[in-house]
Amino acid sequence: MGSRASTLLREEEIEEIKKETGFSHSQITRLYSRFTSLDKGENGTLSREDFQRIPELAINPLGDRIINAFFPEGEDQVNFKGFMRTLAHFRPIEDNEKNKNLPASEPLNSRTNKLLFAFRLYDLDRDNKISRDELLQVLEKVDVEQKMSIRFLH
Amino acid sequence: MSSGMKMLLLGVTLLLLRAAGADLSGSAAPHPGPVLSSPSAPPLGPPPGAPGVALSRSAVEEEQEAEEHHGGGYRVVQWEWSYVQTPYIIAIWLLVASVAKIFHFSQRFTTVVPESCMLILLGLVLGGIVLIASKKQLYQLDPSLFFLFLLPTIVGDAGYFMPARLFFDNLGSILTYAVVGTLWNAFCTGFSLYAAKLLGVIERVQAELMDFLLFGALISAVDPVAVLAVFEEVHVNEMLFIIVFGESLVNDAVTVLYKVYISFVEVGPGNVQTADYFKGVSFLIVSIGGTLVGLVFAVILGFITRFTKKVRIIEPLFVFLMVYLAYLTAELFSLSAILMTFCGIGANKYVEANISQKSRTTVKYTMKTLASIAETIIFIFLGISAVDKSKWAWDTGLVSCTLVFIFVFRAVVVGQTWVLNRFRLVPLDKIDQVVMSYGGLRGAVAFALVVLLDGEQVKAKDYFVATTIVVVFFTVMFQFQGLTIKPLVKWLKVPRSTNRKPTINEEIHERAFDHILTAVEDIAGLQGYHHWRDWEQFDKNYLSKLLLRKSVYRKSELWEAYQKINIRDAISVIDQGGNVLTSARLSLPSMASRASFPEVTNVTNYRRENGSGVCLDLQVIDNVPGSKVEEDMETHHVLAGNLYKPRKRYQSHYSRHFMPLGEKERQDREVFQRNMRSRMETFKSTRHKRHKKERSLKKPVVVPVEPEEDKADHSDPEKEEDVGITFVARKAETPKQRPKSPAALDVCQSPPPHTPSPPAADSHLPWKGSVGAPPPCVSVEATKIIPVDLQQAWNQSISSLESISSPPAPAEPVHPRVSALSRLGGPRPLSYTGPTAGGSPSAGPPLPQASFSFPERKKKQQVEEEEEEEEPGASQEMQPLMSPLRLPGSPPPAPPPAPPPGSGRRRNPCVYLRSLVTTPPGGSSEPHSHRPTQL
Repeated sequence: MGSRASTLLREEEIEEIKKETGFSHSQITRLYSRFTSLDKGENGTLSREDFQRIPELAINPLGDRIINAFFPEGEDQVNFKGFMRTLAHFRPIEDNEKNKNLPASEPLNSRTNKLLFAFRLYDLDRDNKISRDELLQVLEKVDVEQKMSIRFLH
Repeated sequence: MSSGMKMLLLGVTLLLLRAAGADLSGSAAPHPGPVLSSPSAPPLGPPPGAPGVALSRSAVEEEQEAEEHHGGGYRVVQWEWSYVQTPYIIAIWLLVASVAKIFHFSQRFTTVVPESCMLILLGLVLGGIVLIASKKQLYQLDPSLFFLFLLPTIVGDAGYFMPARLFFDNLGSILTYAVVGTLWNAFCTGFSLYAAKLLGVIERVQAELMDFLLFGALISAVDPVAVLAVFEEVHVNEMLFIIVFGESLVNDAVTVLYKVYISFVEVGPGNVQTADYFKGVSFLIVSIGGTLVGLVFAVILGFITRFTKKVRIIEPLFVFLMVYLAYLTAELFSLSAILMTFCGIGANKYVEANISQKSRTTVKYTMKTLASIAETIIFIFLGISAVDKSKWAWDTGLVSCTLVFIFVFRAVVVGQTWVLNRFRLVPLDKIDQVVMSYGGLRGAVAFALVVLLDGEQVKAKDYFVATTIVVVFFTVMFQFQGLTIKPLVKWLKVPRSTNRKPTINEEIHERAFDHILTAVEDIAGLQGYHHWRDWEQFDKNYLSKLLLRKSVYRKSELWEAYQKINIRDAISVIDQGGNVLTSARLSLPSMASRASFPEVTNVTNYRRENGSGVCLDLQVIDNVPGSKVEEDMETHHVLAGNLYKPRKRYQSHYSRHFMPLGEKERQDREVFQRNMRSRMETFKSTRHKRHKKERSLKKPVVVPVEPEEDKADHSDPEKEEDVGITFVARKAETPKQRPKSPAALDVCQSPPPHTPSPPAADSHLPWKGSVGAPPPCVSVEATKIIPVDLQQAWNQSISSLESISSPPAPAEPVHPRVSALSRLGGPRPLSYTGPTAGGSPSAGPPLPQASFSFPERKKKQQVEEEEEEEEPGASQEMQPLMSPLRLPGSPPPAPPPAPPPGSGRRRNPCVYLRSLVTTPPGGSSEPHSHRPTQL
């Protein structure tokens, strides 16, 4: 299954993705086969439902945030390139430093981009801010009333 | 050192008793170490020099028997030293080594000196003393002893506990290193040494090319014993460990090469024909043959354990015998015996599923003990043999050349990593490679092989022995690897487990990132190789059917279905949410929960109102979009509150001294605790709601616990049978076991004066130790029993239970006390007992009473029912039985305000849970209560 799927990916596409994301050829084909196996609708894009079908994600407390991170703003579908672009955030940095032939623009797995990605996971409405109120509320709510209480002082 | 004292005392007593007290002085006086008194003792009994090579037992014993009839006349007390000598010395050795280990593990110098070094040093010291005392080295590492007894225990242990998944995931790399790398190593070392000889660097050694090749073969194999010993202490990351360790196991091919060379040497280099060189390829056959033998025995073992239900006691015996037989069989056909590790790897899953919990524990501990013994003996032997000068001859050129070549070629071998990295999903980086090359430890296998050499044919044997000893020492201990690898690892910052306590902030975020990573991995499908999936299919379709006990297998299937349904259900819920929400309104269906219902504190309440039958507890599903703020808060809340680690794929560590507490298990535990906690929360808030209804207090106790107990008991066939093993103990034990949960729960509110002691089997379970006491309401059994893959289902049932038992709790926030309670998990019972113990004197008694009728019944049932099946009916009738029993006798819990919800509601949960448990998988009710234990 995997090998057949990979043939559907054209060489130039692979090259393009390789350039953009820094994935290796084999990684790309492999991820492509994964992509196609996730793509139940067989239309070359993944929908939220496709992601939600991954059983492990259903039990991941952050599953939905991750899924959301795959979708560009206002869109319901993600194609393979977008998929790879998101995944590229998770490539280790070291590899990058070895290959100097990467594009001049900042690679997706740079520290900044990683942070940005993480930030976006919090920044749900994508206004590029985690507001002070949010933060305060978070801090207030995070179990403080539990953690700062001693049981027998009750 | 107390052993020393004892030994001395004993010796002195015996000597005093002895009628003919001739050479007393010789025996008792000058022993610095305990062991030494033994070898020097012989003057008393048999003529000196009687014991030949230690441990070649039969010979020694025969001699001893012959000598037994020495002094005429009848003596009541005799000095039977020669009779007990060998085992006695071994026992003392082990004792000393073990005592040393105690010190070793408890003291600082552990951090500097690896254990194997310590053992070798100990051996050196002992050997030196023996040598000085008797002028002659009595004890030698006997190759046959090594290969027939010591090695199999170590290798068997390693194989059985090998994290199979990790091993197979890295199989490619491991094989490459083991086969290509080691062969390369062997040839290069051999040829290079020969070249050095030709160049005149090595002067005194008289050897041909063939001899050097032979030596190269035996010296180039990385040794599993040494690797295990050192790497484990260093705590490198799992992948590195599995690769080096796997390599050391699999590279037994070298022994084959070694055998081939030996045969070459035997016929003489001149007579070797070209065709014979090709026979050298036979190492492939030998390796594969060894693997096959291992697998065949694995299948047989799995098959046998299918039918051991009636003979639980000998289950472990089967395991040991089959593993050992696999080893011997492989040896018999001169196949690669080490490769029978595959026997352990292959059989593990099925055996674990088939045999009872107790047998499992027995197997684990026995294997560990045996391996530890064997290892100790080997290292001490190594030390002792090194002292014996007569056995070896020194050639500086050979030694230094060998050391250099070994190190260089090892590094070169590791250089092949860059080829491998092209195929690996997770490439090995430079640091890994350095550690790998550094970790090429030689050890006892090489030593045993070199001792095996025939001095007649290999003239340079003595030189080779010396070199091997030096190499082993050098790699294992002296400044080189054993001692330096720790600093090196530290220096290179090889990722390893840290012990620093993170701040809360760090913790939360780390967890968040862990979850993120797991999620992304899931999306990318990283860990599933396709072939692995195929294998799992095959395993499920054929092997499991063949090798797993029917009950286990069938049930697991049903449970899988159940789980699947649940997941689908969850997904559909999410889907609904997903459909409702546009991307602009990103909400987290699985997260928004408490926060999104400001007036309803407990999610479960919401669920209850909703009446959704099956519901994933795992982060509460609801599809009402919460505001951004709330969601954000919720994320943190979920993260902080549900501090459980993201699932890891495999249990990945192998340790000689500690039972691996698998990731899975740990996570299960965490999930479970979390569940219990949330349950507690619900429960507590319930209590706060209803202060007035004090009287019905006992009920709530029953409610949450009962189903759980039910489940635990029904679900695990093994467990029941386990009880069966302790024939006599059973009666006493079961009642105790029974009340455990209720009592434990009681602890949360009013600890009874005595906490029921957990069954013996539990007390030493690994996870128990690390957590401290189990969380209050957690039935210890339950955690253990629930199979990993069913955890989810389990959670669900709990959560639904929760949802029912808790009345809608209005805006009142979770009570601090409650949460603190639940948070404290372990220590709670203890701390709690203090203030309240006096308060509820009667808390204890009713419980056992209530439970007493139950075991009886259960027992009967067990006797009657072959299939370990308890019809749900039985439990159902138990239910009412128990509740009334408790109600009257239950005292109000001492300290906290008396709680709970009305009794009418109370019964529901049980029933509900049951229906929940039974219905989903398609109406087949009973299988559900029998949850398979398939860990």
